[in-house]
Amino acid sequence: MPKLSDVCRHIRSKNAGPFWITVDLFFKDEQAYRAHGRDPNISPELFSTLYGANPASIKFIPVDSLNVLKISYPRSAPQGWRGERDMHGGQQFAALLDVELIEKI
Amino acid sequence: MSELMSRPLGTQTITVLVPTGALGAGVDAADVARGIALGIDAIACDAGSTDSGPSYLARAVSKVSRESIRSDLSILIPAAFKAGVPLIVGSCGTSGADAGVDWTRDIALEVAQANGIAPKIALLYSEQSHATIEQKLAADKISSLSPATDISGGIIAECNHIVALMGVEPYIEALKQGADIVLGGRTTDTAVLGCVPIMKGAAPGLVWHAAKITECGGLCSVNPREGGVLFRIGDDSFEVEPLRLSNSCTPYTVSSHMLYENSDPFLLTEPGGILDVTCATYEAVDDRITKVTGSRWTPQPYTMKLEGADGGPFQTIMFIGIRDPKVLSSLEVFQERMLRQLNRRVETAIGEAAGDYDISLRVYGWSGVSGQTPAPGTPIPSEVGVMFVATASSQEMATRIAKTCNPIFFHFPLDAGLELPSYAFPFSPAEIERGQVYAFKLNHVVAVENGLELVRIGWADYPGAAKKEGEHA
Repeated sequence: MPKLSDVCRHIRSKNAGPFWITVDLFFKDEQAYRAHGRDPNISPELFSTLYGANPASIKFIPVDSLNVLKISYPRSAPQGWRGERDMHGGQQFAALLDVELIEKI
Repeated sequence: MSELMSRPLGTQTITVLVPTGALGAGVDAADVARGIALGIDAIACDAGSTDSGPSYLARAVSKVSRESIRSDLSILIPAAFKAGVPLIVGSCGTSGADAGVDWTRDIALEVAQANGIAPKIALLYSEQSHATIEQKLAADKISSLSPATDISGGIIAECNHIVALMGVEPYIEALKQGADIVLGGRTTDTAVLGCVPIMKGAAPGLVWHAAKITECGGLCSVNPREGGVLFRIGDDSFEVEPLRLSNSCTPYTVSSHMLYENSDPFLLTEPGGILDVTCATYEAVDDRITKVTGSRWTPQPYTMKLEGADGGPFQTIMFIGIRDPKVLSSLEVFQERMLRQLNRRVETAIGEAAGDYDISLRVYGWSGVSGQTPAPGTPIPSEVGVMFVATASSQEMATRIAKTCNPIFFHFPLDAGLELPSYAFPFSPAEIERGQVYAFKLNHVVAVENGLELVRIGWADYPGAAKKEGEHA
């Protein structure tokens, strides 16, 4: 099974304001985007498990022109809380690299 | 050569130079000069964000140094003055609180005087009193954004500072009153860049879109480190061009910037309307310039986003480095045992006086960022750093907890009965008082009659200059 990092050329995460983190999955090309952009494993449940986000609030926004799937999720606690480990949210993407996809390459 | 020619885009072309993504991050004088030579109507950039955390708003203190701001303004103020175009800076002092505007004003006055010029400096204040926000709440003018946060029960009063994000209207008002420089409190990045084109009658969809693309300066270009950009708005399109000749703004870099720090790349709510770029198209003019069409703007009832932050508990930290292979091969067990021992020691030695405290261990090189146990089979690191964080209701108590934990933290053996180890630590004293934990409290918008209702406009006085009676009243 391919991993997300196998089919994307770049994966990043960043704050979108103090209460949200947004993830951009830049697929390698249009073919990879079409094959994996709607993989059922890239799901609200995944983001709930990895980041403690409320599944009902997670936004999945395909950006066809860029071969990008954008996912935005509410932080489980606001930016800067006492247990904060990633103020910019810039390292949160790493948990996604090894997510296994269902469809074949 | 196209690089030194203005490029008309229809009956009226309005050009804004964005020298940097954030004032204080660095401005290149040659880039600015090249942009001005292309023909511009304004220089604009923002100086703030919530991105670095709640401390800057809670304390109304700038993230970047006075020297950084002075260095950038020393290029921009004389350049704008000589070119005869306004200089617009929004979200002054990182947080855009009133103190941030005044701090930036003092630096601007110093720079102007050092250059022997006296541009007219408008000051826009958008910090809100607790009473104003309480009134708006009582009048049902405040609504929560998602995720909803509770602001009942005195939360508003607890905020050290509350700011409302301005739109273009206060800037336009200040410019109409003759401002050469406008220093604004908290403002949407896009309004800072868009105010001059909106004032001059450009199509709002194009303006807000162009401003959104260029709000981070060179980030919409191929080489983000290579200086700023400019945008020019025409009748039914806008163009984005980097200031530096070696850099490029391509349809890809320009359109993909809509992803950056936005939870939705197609729809953006701004004060007074919604920008919709769903149908926008991006095409290369040449290898450096991208042209955009199809951006739409839908007016909405006027709202301003609110930001508020307060101070909570205090933290004291300690740090050790570990290279002992036995400990490194059992990091999960090690930190679990150590944490239990630390809490036990605090309970024994300090007891209930410790109050609502917390001890957190963060093993950098292993799980310090994620806070989660790495997957089975994760290679054993060659060394790790362990940060100890004590959080308590006062700085004094956080430090007492750290000092109580000191002998255990620095000498905790993996197994009972082993000789006491000494882990590596770099500082003496070992404990560092980190200060207060601050928190964002508001995720709300306030409905207002118009963009000026919650904003105060002031004017900077040059030291030593006699103020004429009634001037700028």
